[in-house]
Amino acid sequence: MKKLGVIVNPVAGMGGRVGLKGSDGIEILRRAREMGAEPESPRRAIEALKIIAKLKNEIEVLAYPDEMGADECSQAGLEPEVIGSIKSGETSPEDTMEAAREMAQKGVDLILFAGGDGTARNIYTAIGAKIPVLGIPAGVKIHSAVYAINPRSAGEVASLYLQGQVVNIREAEVMDIDEEAFRQGRVNARLYGYLKVPVERRVQSVKSGARSEQAEMEGMAAEVAANMEKDTLYIIGPGTTTRTIMERLELPNTLLGVDVVFNRELVANDVGEKQLFNLLEQHKGKAHIVVTAIGGQGHVFGRGNQQISPRVIRLVGKNNIIVVASREKLVALQPHPLLVDTGDPDLDQELSGYVRVVTGWEDSIMYRISNDAD
Amino acid sequence: MARQKKLLRDNYHQARWDESIIFELSVPGERGVLVPLACPGVVSQVGDGVSAIPANLRRKKAPALPEVNQMRVNRHFYHLSQETLGTDVTLGISEGTCTMKYSPKVQEHMAARHPGIVNVHPLQDPETMQGMLEIYYQVEQFLKEISGMDAFSLQPGGGAHGVYANASMIRAYHRARGDNNRTEIITTMFSHPCDAATPNTAGFKVITLMPDESGYPDLEAMKAALSERTAGIMITNPEDTGIYNPRIEEYVKAAHAVGALCSYDQANANGMLGIHRAREAGFDMCHFNLHKTFSAPHGCMGPATGAIGVKEFLKPFLPVPRVEFDGQKYILNSNYPESIGKVRSYFGNANVVLKSYMWIMQHGAEGLKEAAICSVLNNQYFMKKIAAIPGIVIWYAKGKRRLEQVRYSWEKLKQDTGVGTDDVNKRIVDFGIEHYWTSHHPWVVPEPFTLEPCESYNKEDLDEYVEVLQQISKEAYADANFVKTAPHKAASHRPTHEAIDEAELIAVTWRQYQKKHGKK
Repeated sequence: MKKLGVIVNPVAGMGGRVGLKGSDGIEILRRAREMGAEPESPRRAIEALKIIAKLKNEIEVLAYPDEMGADECSQAGLEPEVIGSIKSGETSPEDTMEAAREMAQKGVDLILFAGGDGTARNIYTAIGAKIPVLGIPAGVKIHSAVYAINPRSAGEVASLYLQGQVVNIREAEVMDIDEEAFRQGRVNARLYGYLKVPVERRVQSVKSGARSEQAEMEGMAAEVAANMEKDTLYIIGPGTTTRTIMERLELPNTLLGVDVVFNRELVANDVGEKQLFNLLEQHKGKAHIVVTAIGGQGHVFGRGNQQISPRVIRLVGKNNIIVVASREKLVALQPHPLLVDTGDPDLDQELSGYVRVVTGWEDSIMYRISNDAD
Repeated sequence: MARQKKLLRDNYHQARWDESIIFELSVPGERGVLVPLACPGVVSQVGDGVSAIPANLRRKKAPALPEVNQMRVNRHFYHLSQETLGTDVTLGISEGTCTMKYSPKVQEHMAARHPGIVNVHPLQDPETMQGMLEIYYQVEQFLKEISGMDAFSLQPGGGAHGVYANASMIRAYHRARGDNNRTEIITTMFSHPCDAATPNTAGFKVITLMPDESGYPDLEAMKAALSERTAGIMITNPEDTGIYNPRIEEYVKAAHAVGALCSYDQANANGMLGIHRAREAGFDMCHFNLHKTFSAPHGCMGPATGAIGVKEFLKPFLPVPRVEFDGQKYILNSNYPESIGKVRSYFGNANVVLKSYMWIMQHGAEGLKEAAICSVLNNQYFMKKIAAIPGIVIWYAKGKRRLEQVRYSWEKLKQDTGVGTDDVNKRIVDFGIEHYWTSHHPWVVPEPFTLEPCESYNKEDLDEYVEVLQQISKEAYADANFVKTAPHKAASHRPTHEAIDEAELIAVTWRQYQKKHGKK
């Protein structure tokens, strides 16, 4: 019998409706409550859990007490085994982390959580990518790519996964932005890591002979590697997609950071903005930036790769930017464009237009880049 | 007043024979035919017939063929045929992009029995197969008129094969002009996937255009992709969505402006016969699937024909041999030094060409145009009815008509009930209708299905299909689980995909099957 763990961050999303751009921190929560914010996540969690309740007799469900999962489960018609302890009404990020840890220990097959970027980060901090998780989007900030598109879909995908039906497991970005900076109008998004997430395949059923995303990305890496020019500096951005290029080159890679390659040799791992800029200045010759769309919203610059700053991009030049992504990623993004938010509006404007995204071996897609998320 | 017919076959049930695999039916020593020994006269001439084969090429053990009597073999394959749904027993409307029209049986009889085709071998002296060559020549003349192109080859053995030959000709054309830098082909997301895959196989880098908000390939993106490296554009129109691109000339002009060739994928030309031609759209080359538009059946991976047509300046690159008429007789001409060569043995699938010849001759020019008009009319009626079914949405080009097919979406049904296109597809067979075609990979339109009600179907057929979809939509909203556990009345129930998807389980021979599935 498959085991499902349910964690609800009961305060996720509270800051959103009252314009507080996030709900992290006790003070903000207090203000949100004062402004009349209602909890969003329990309702959304119940919507997803109702779908899973159809499998009630085929699965075991573990939940954290009260509003952190147990209440939502019973309202959805599930009878969970309740574990752990919390102070109802005063839950904290530590509770989320503890819940994830205990559930991992008890050997759940999947953790379904309701929350936002902060919640995803807590779970990642607690258990890393040990077991698959799936997010019910309920937070204010949804930059991470670990969520289903809506609560119903979260319920559907989790059900499929628990029934052992064909779904893909994808490594999805855990991102979070500095809420304090965000309230002051700056987006400072960091890439914290990757969680394993089941996703429903948006492809024709397998017999079509469609190549797997992994195979396509190996083709992409081969394509980028084969076209690497001599005496040219390659700045390899963060992410699992660009990681395949480093693996192809058999070079050590920083999943969450920026690496630099020259003549197929490693120059430096995990460089900061200053170091990167200095390297470029010393190099003087031609350089390329290789980046992918990070997170659920399709950002090529400005989320999780701020080391590649406006002055770095200008020095390399627009025409020397190589964007890589899988077809599936681009299709899932439809009809939204890829986004740039470098912090330099003029540069964002210059980068807008069309880019040839490398999607496989000798295979690419023309895709729109925009400086405007709407 | 006409009798009110019952359209929904809710009492339908498919046969389920629980049939064994033919190897499992094998009884040692059982035979279907007892082959007599060679008579002494033959033996004296050729000996035992085996010792002439070098020892290292000879089998040591007899092949492990199933040993089954003739009647049982016959019954076996009838059982299997009753567990499938094909165009002769169900509505081929399901197979959008495949143009499953009715192919008059007389074509089949001629191709299978007429001595002029069954007794002809392609290695014969051309003078002794003038009839067959004349049919080739005539079909080429018909296709020239239908497309406006100047020459055709009927050699490729399928649609994608034809597109591959076109990509090869694009390469040959540029090379012949000493231009070796044209390494890129541009195609579109809703073109047939072979417009990307075959140039890729032919050594080109392929750039794909996404659809814009209206569903047309993004023209601005194409302009951004065009350069002196562009060898050609290979695009389908109307695309898989059924949307005809009225600005097609602009795409062609932009490509020509950088020196690229333009190849028109007309695998789905059923809505265009006598109405729209590749020549007037400005294309340099095109292809038709004789096994779609021109009524040779789709026979499960063949035989088929991808007829490829070119303008005069590309004629030297067409495959050889070419069937030509020297004023007195038909000849096979291989004297084209710049030709891409042979793309298939001999000169292609003659039986397919014969069937298309017959179909075209039965219709005449006016008949072909009428077929196109009927297929488009059918689609308008069909689309209007289907759009009204709860749970169905049609992406792109709101309010605009589609040509001869439509890519629909169950996106709303999935959101409302959790029932998606794969589920509906499993339920549809419970009403005696074959699984529909969803979409090529990837699913840009979510929860897709693609239907093509070509000219063969009458109003009653279309109404039956609509009624089935309506019924399933109703069921999904009332009891989603019932649809999600379908089929309930079919020969097989949701077989798992692992056996055809995972390399370690794929078995194409009995021996592999036994080995990989632990039977032996």
